[in-house]
Amino acid sequence: MEIIKLIGVVIVIIGFALKFDTIATVVLAGLATGLVAGMTPMEILETLGTSFISQRTATLFVLTLPCIGICERYGLKEKAVDFIRSIKNATTGRVIFVYQAVRTLSAAFSLRLGGHPQFVRPIVVPMAEGAASSKYGELTEEETDVIRGAAAGAENYGNFFAQNCFMGASGTLLIVSTLVEQGFEVTAAQIAAWSIPIAVISVIIGFVRSIMIDGKLSKMAGGDAK
Amino acid sequence: MTFAQILQEVFSALIGIVFILVGIKALKDEGAQKKATTVAFWFILGFTFICGYWIPKWIVGVCIIALAVLTGIKGVVQSKSDVPTHEQVRAGADKFGYKIFIPALVIAIGSVILTWLGAKVPALNWLTANNSICIGGLLGLLCVLLMTKANVKYAVVDGTRLMDNVGVTGILPQLLSALGALFTAAGVGDVIAKGVSAIIPEGSKLIACIVYCVAMALFTIIMGNGFAAFSVITVGIGIPFLIAQGANPVIVGALGLTAGYCGTLCTPMAANFNIMPAALLEVKNKYAIIKSQVPVALCLLVIHIIIMYFFA
Repeated sequence: MEIIKLIGVVIVIIGFALKFDTIATVVLAGLATGLVAGMTPMEILETLGTSFISQRTATLFVLTLPCIGICERYGLKEKAVDFIRSIKNATTGRVIFVYQAVRTLSAAFSLRLGGHPQFVRPIVVPMAEGAASSKYGELTEEETDVIRGAAAGAENYGNFFAQNCFMGASGTLLIVSTLVEQGFEVTAAQIAAWSIPIAVISVIIGFVRSIMIDGKLSKMAGGDAK
Repeated sequence: MTFAQILQEVFSALIGIVFILVGIKALKDEGAQKKATTVAFWFILGFTFICGYWIPKWIVGVCIIALAVLTGIKGVVQSKSDVPTHEQVRAGADKFGYKIFIPALVIAIGSVILTWLGAKVPALNWLTANNSICIGGLLGLLCVLLMTKANVKYAVVDGTRLMDNVGVTGILPQLLSALGALFTAAGVGDVIAKGVSAIIPEGSKLIACIVYCVAMALFTIIMGNGFAAFSVITVGIGIPFLIAQGANPVIVGALGLTAGYCGTLCTPMAANFNIMPAALLEVKNKYAIIKSQVPVALCLLVIHIIIMYFFA
């Protein structure tokens, strides 16, 4: 009954999919896996404790928070907003692309720009829709859905695919600690360096995408461009 | 203990102190909800970071279970923070302009330079990548304090504010790598590997790359969380079929996690990235964001496989 060892994987899948508490799910999955594999409770506690302590490095990002926090107090996010607002005469696709580029850079330097509530809704969407309506007049709901979907996507691409370029990012540290725990000596600097290609490619794809969005909008608006 | 290890313990203790300070913030908050359990969580977590190295590890194991119980009963909540006012933030932005980005650049670029020095100069070999990140963080802090002439207490005020925003999930990466260790000790990786070996023909690197990247994306789609998928799929597929066959662990690891993020772009399970923003942006179709992201995700997933095949 080898397959019973997968109970921990099953618990993780069910727990995350059903949105149970993540920490409790992970610990429960670990305990269950240890028990079905015939480890004694003491062995389980020892293994869990030992690797938790040796992997405290996965939580190093905490030491970057005081600096970033004070930068925020003195206008870090405000200046990012100022920069995006300064783009003039841009098309919808261009506005979205510039936001993605800014978001990518900021993620690579571990700046927490705040995402959908603080940037996309109050700044990117109004600018992108403003650019479209000045060209095509009043926008239909289908058109605003396309613009808003693309703007929200730009936030996610920048956030996901660039964050690991920072050595102290929690994703980078997760990769390092997982591999080190399994006996492979990798460093955060190496992982960060090999995260750069995908970050660059995601920006290139974003650029192509922005041209396609402009094309799609012009097609949706049909001949009725002003 | 080497000097590098001593430094690492010092920095771990500093992180522990940040956790304790978040606990104290909750303790001082008059109107705090679920105060006792919140304070207990941060104090226990701080204790494991400060003392964990010196005490028997089963005690740390017990602490972890206690942390899981506290979050499991939804006992840990944010306490009140000193949030800067809009006027204060605007005044800072007008005064410092784009210079306010410098301290953040100091952290990122500083840690890269320090790591590089540590690798090049034998006398500085205590500058491991991990220690460099910590020193980078402190240099950034020093820089922002000198630049803004802010009161030093804001290091605590703003540090604990952000830590509380990140919340309990901040320790998820660390817990997941501990889970990966337990999986390995229990032989879970072997079981998955045995099952997967049916689809991966011996020695086919291309198929191994495809299976690993697609499995990362699929597991992330199901669980809504790339971190959790990473520890399971890397132990079960990435290591036996790629790294153990000679693939570069750095490239497999770095690309593995972002391959998982391609899955994040496609799943309503990642509600805070795809569903909640849809409500926030008032789109008509609540899947409008996912619909917009799927072509990009597929394209990027294929690119992940190609890069992993040729470079790893």
